Amino acid sequence: MCLAIPGKLLSREEETGIVDLGGISQSISLIFTPEVKIGDWVIIHTGFALNIITESDARKTIELLQEVYGKE
Amino acid sequence: MAKSDLVRIKYLIEDLWQWKKPVRIMEVCGSHTMVIGKYGIRSLLPPSIELISGPGCPVCVTPASFIDALLTLKNVTIATFGDLIRVPGINGTLEQARAAGLDVRIVYSPLEALKIASTRETVFAGIGFETTIPGIAHTLLEAQRLKLHNFSVLPAFKTIPPALKALLSTDNIAIDGFILPGHVSVITGSAAYQFLVDDFHTGGVIAGFEPITLLQTIKDIISQLKRGIPMIENAYKEVVSIQGNIPAQNIIRKVLQPEDAYWRGLGKIPASGLGIKEEFAQFNAIRKYDLQITETEMPSGCRCGDVLKGFIKPPQCPLFATTCHPAHPLGPCMVSSEGSCAAYYKYER
Ligand code: SF4
Repeated sequence: MCLAIPGKLLSREEETGIVDLGGISQSISLIFTPEVKIGDWVIIHTGFALNIITESDARKTIELLQEVYGKE
Repeated sequence: MAKSDLVRIKYLIEDLWQWKKPVRIMEVCGSHTMVIGKYGIRSLLPPSIELISGPGCPVCVTPASFIDALLTLKNVTIATFGDLIRVPGINGTLEQARAAGLDVRIVYSPLEALKIASTRETVFAGIGFETTIPGIAHTLLEAQRLKLHNFSVLPAFKTIPPALKALLSTDNIAIDGFILPGHVSVITGSAAYQFLVDDFHTGGVIAGFEPITLLQTIKDIISQLKRGIPMIENAYKEVVSIQGNIPAQNIIRKVLQPEDAYWRGLGKIPASGLGIKEEFAQFNAIRKYDLQITETEMPSGCRCGDVLKGFIKPPQCPLFATTCHPAHPLGPCMVSSEGSCAAYYKYER
């Protein structure tokens, strides 16, 4: 249950951001990644961005997660 | 899979098969347990390298008395992560209680529980390791800022480094190296594990989740053993830093403090939990409802404790796949899909 999944930050208002999670928009807290900018990729856990990652790492992770957890 | 990946896998496996001395490597992350099972990584390794699944799943190590404490609550709404809903206490599961009329709501984020609390008395089931804890601590701060009087958290937070320390201090334990968790370490940073080397002369590598990365990680641990120089290495630098997430660590320190905690299967581990500070006592469900979380006896015959310490493999438990299986878990290691016994049941039977 400690899994964090990548999403792309679409917009932000102070400490709240909207991310794109595979086509679904989700509101998240940016309290732990105050430096994040619109267009950045973050890894998200229970509605909180935990760190900023590169787009290529994000895409690799999404693919892997779909494989490991997707077809349950 | 790219040809270059196949070549690398072949090279890694050939290299690992050169290793002849028996060693035991433990992973302490439920997602690693899943990837190891799903990709059959054990079957690629020589008999000399044994992988054991330690206490890597917060759901599995949450004591039954935590669930039972939630089940005693009357006239409240219980907000919980979905992972917890099927976990058995002695007196049943939250799912069963919901069917019998208890208002149990699954939330994705602890902040959603605050919304529920704006209209009704709400208790949030606070479980998790370092990855999850900061978000819940922040939620407590928000509850204070919003002056919410009908919100509280039942804390059963657990932290990984003290658990590793307790494992390595166990008599007759034989762990030669750790595959260290990816997303827990995003918060703690790699420096949090240096004590493994300094105090226990045991190394570890923080790993991501790709099967190739895990093979590479195992090779890195073997290389440390070959050289006889244990160290903490970070093979997940794209996400994990040395110092970890400082804002998250600060929020934890502000709201929570270390306390002894009960781990299902491992018993009481000193300073391995985080309790709510006195300053925030009004949001502490233990205080608000006079609840108790105690050590729970393991179901008779369940050997989950021995599984988590690597003394036995899940199939060596006489109840494995006979009376204990994922649809009807008897012991904690079978309750979540990331539990050691559940992963074995699914992938390695
Ligand atoms: S198979 Fe079930 S009863 Fe046996 S150790 Fe695992 S969880 Fe416990």
